[in-house]
Amino acid sequence: MSDETPKPEALVKVDYKPPRKGWMDTKPDISRGNINWAAIPKSVEYLGLPYPRKWSPTDDDWQLPENWKEIILEGLRERLSKYRSLQLFMDICVRCGACADKCHFYIGSGDPKNMPVLRAELLRAVYRKEFTLAGKIMGKIAGGRELTIDVIKEWYYYFFQCTECRRCSVFCPYGIDTAEITMIGRELLSLIGIGIDWIVTPVANCFRTGNHLGVQPHGFQDSIDFAVDDLKDIIGFKVDAPVNKKGAEVLFIVPSADYFGDPHYFGLLGYMMLFHEIGLDYTFSAYASEGGNFGLFHSHEMMKILNAKIYHEAERLGVKWILGGECGHMWRVLNQYMDTMNGPADFLEVPVSPMTGTRFENTRTTKMVHITEFTSDLIKNNKLKLDKSRNDHWRITFHDSCNPARAMGILEEPRYIIRNVAENFFEMPENTIREETFCCGGGAGLGTDENLEMRMRGGLPRANAVKYVHDKYGVNVLTCMCAIDKAVLPTLMEYWVPGVEVGSIHELVGNALIMKGEKERIVDLRNEPLPGKEAVKDV
Amino acid sequence: MKALFSLIFVIILMLLVFAGVTGAGMHYIFGVVVPYIAIFAFLAGFIYRVIRWARSPVPFRITTTCGQQKSLPWIKNNRLENPDNWFAVVGRMLLEILFFRSLFRNTKTELKSGPKLVYGSNKYLWIGSLAFHWTFLIIFIRHFRFFTEPVPFIISLIEQMDSFFQIGLPIIYITDAVILGALTFLLLRRLLDSRIRYISLHADYIPLFLLLSIACTGVWMRYFEKVDVISIKQLSLGLFSFNPPGTELLSGIGVMFFIHLFLVSFLIAYLPLSKLMHMGGVFLSPTRNLANNNRIKRHVNPWNYDVKTHTYMEWEDEFRDVMKEAGMPLEKE
Repeated sequence: MSDETPKPEALVKVDYKPPRKGWMDTKPDISRGNINWAAIPKSVEYLGLPYPRKWSPTDDDWQLPENWKEIILEGLRERLSKYRSLQLFMDICVRCGACADKCHFYIGSGDPKNMPVLRAELLRAVYRKEFTLAGKIMGKIAGGRELTIDVIKEWYYYFFQCTECRRCSVFCPYGIDTAEITMIGRELLSLIGIGIDWIVTPVANCFRTGNHLGVQPHGFQDSIDFAVDDLKDIIGFKVDAPVNKKGAEVLFIVPSADYFGDPHYFGLLGYMMLFHEIGLDYTFSAYASEGGNFGLFHSHEMMKILNAKIYHEAERLGVKWILGGECGHMWRVLNQYMDTMNGPADFLEVPVSPMTGTRFENTRTTKMVHITEFTSDLIKNNKLKLDKSRNDHWRITFHDSCNPARAMGILEEPRYIIRNVAENFFEMPENTIREETFCCGGGAGLGTDENLEMRMRGGLPRANAVKYVHDKYGVNVLTCMCAIDKAVLPTLMEYWVPGVEVGSIHELVGNALIMKGEKERIVDLRNEPLPGKEAVKDV
Repeated sequence: MKALFSLIFVIILMLLVFAGVTGAGMHYIFGVVVPYIAIFAFLAGFIYRVIRWARSPVPFRITTTCGQQKSLPWIKNNRLENPDNWFAVVGRMLLEILFFRSLFRNTKTELKSGPKLVYGSNKYLWIGSLAFHWTFLIIFIRHFRFFTEPVPFIISLIEQMDSFFQIGLPIIYITDAVILGALTFLLLRRLLDSRIRYISLHADYIPLFLLLSIACTGVWMRYFEKVDVISIKQLSLGLFSFNPPGTELLSGIGVMFFIHLFLVSFLIAYLPLSKLMHMGGVFLSPTRNLANNNRIKRHVNPWNYDVKTHTYMEWEDEFRDVMKEAGMPLEKE
């Protein structure tokens, strides 16, 4: 953690009193800790995006193109005519304030422009000034605001201070979705060459190599081989883990962090054990080696370009259907965008579990099944031998990731699995889970180091709920099914609730799974001694 | 400041009518011409706005899900919070429109020392807005006794129910008391809660002051200063049959009525230009009025266009050598 980040005791002194000046007359504090660095020109160029240049948000001059205003207004006009959501959300907000204290960034920062209503007003005020009769004539009295460079800077600050988690849209009486506003706000900024590096560079990597991390095919193969070897030490034999195998029944897609980051990796081991044990005929793909989609954080077009690889690869490999690993925004794209953008996938078949015969009718058109749907079906049909006691060293809580919860509604499946593979499961308070779950603070491309203070602020509500179960029940692991969660929650826990680890659902599955021919299991997937095996491990 | 400005604005509107009617004898203007213009502006504006919304397509099905999805048959899905078909969507929308389901969820977040975040139930906004909207609807329907002859049974029935308590003379309508209370609450909330005050615009106060003034003038005419109801009914019947009465009849009606009528006219003409369009918009919100069945049923984006992707062959061409070395399967050796 950087030395500049204030201590929790200081950070938690949040002032919720709005400033005396109206919001149109205040400026954001564009400084390290609250912002994300600008996209490097190389990545911008690689993707063929406009206005690549070296710039920094802390500069006075952002080197915008001369006709930036024209570009933004034309971009907004175009999107108003393409998205009913946008047109409607510009018109119908009554500023009732129900959303105000629902945003994790507002709760953690007290900055009134982090109230979802004001985040949207940043765009709405310009819309009123330029696109409505009242705003054109009466200006400020009609709530209009002149589009200036300062407004652009504010957009940059606040649209990259929203994790598109959609919690506010649950509480809005009209279902106004700030994620939609933020997505379109970011698209507009991208038109004049404003983007952040933590989004644009992963997108460029993913376009080229197939994953955000820029891992090349042989590197991917190495990672999988490495995992097979690691597993051998734990279970005593090598599992099958095919890559780019033509004619496999199932294509398995995971977020790239699963094979490159901790604690994601332990979940990957869990998947590989599970598939080997049930004898699933599957394949990884080094080309479609990314389930996550940072394109979603950039623009609808980038989302589509990156997502296209999945169906393209499924067709090339000749698989019957697709299975997707634990991930958050990935599943928003797969559930709400993939088929519309890149379908129809009529070369695939409606997914049927080869082990249980269950036909996944809920995936009739996309032909893509979520791993927790698949695994809970296996458990329900008694296809797995599970030893819960191998997870006895964990006292577990479960964090619903924003998108699986609010853009899908996959709430029971993970809980069903946890209860079947472990004994000690404790829910966080009800206003912080399921559809009311709180973001990790680093979603939608904001999980950077330079943004750390804001991440800790945004993560406060989530961490605070974990602290509650940590203090009350001694919870020591926060499970979740989102790659960004797994990447940013460890830091958040270390900061607010030391003593709580972060893990995957399928890490717990892997621990509990009794495999045919396995050697006596002494360690869990983290290579830590299993409960009761501490002495054996030390020998 | 914004509130004061809005209040003054509404007062000026009222003074304008007062001066026009009592000073210049503009009964016909305010009794006939203005209502016609207002209704025309309302219809034209409302239709224009709805057409503008309807013209923008719904490219993606972006339902906000607030409950368990439909997946495996043994997992109970929450159809009203996460609808899986059209029928369930209708249920969700009815809950939303008739009972303000989402607002009912409202909580209040407090950061206490510890730090400890506490989420309390907070139903005041829900109660206040539900009370306002329902009483407003009932009062609107009740007014049809001025527009119809004979008065339909259903309207008399609503009126009777509304005067259930039989207090006062003339009998006090429950809705009159509730709407004044609810509007006052909504206004005070906006003025006293520093957060809500901070986000409020002129456009948030003007409708509140307009509605309060309309309710007050209505109450005044019913309970305190009687106006000539028979003439008013003749006027409204005349307006609706495009055969408005002349100045002679109009000049017998008290000025308070003209103020009331003008404020209503202003409100409906202003409605399509304002946030009050949420009245129509709530039906169209794509996060609520679509089923979360994207994986079951294909949704088509009418402007979906082709993009340049990085195809498998392009990718293999770039990485063939390293793949070969790693012993990975290739399309082209």
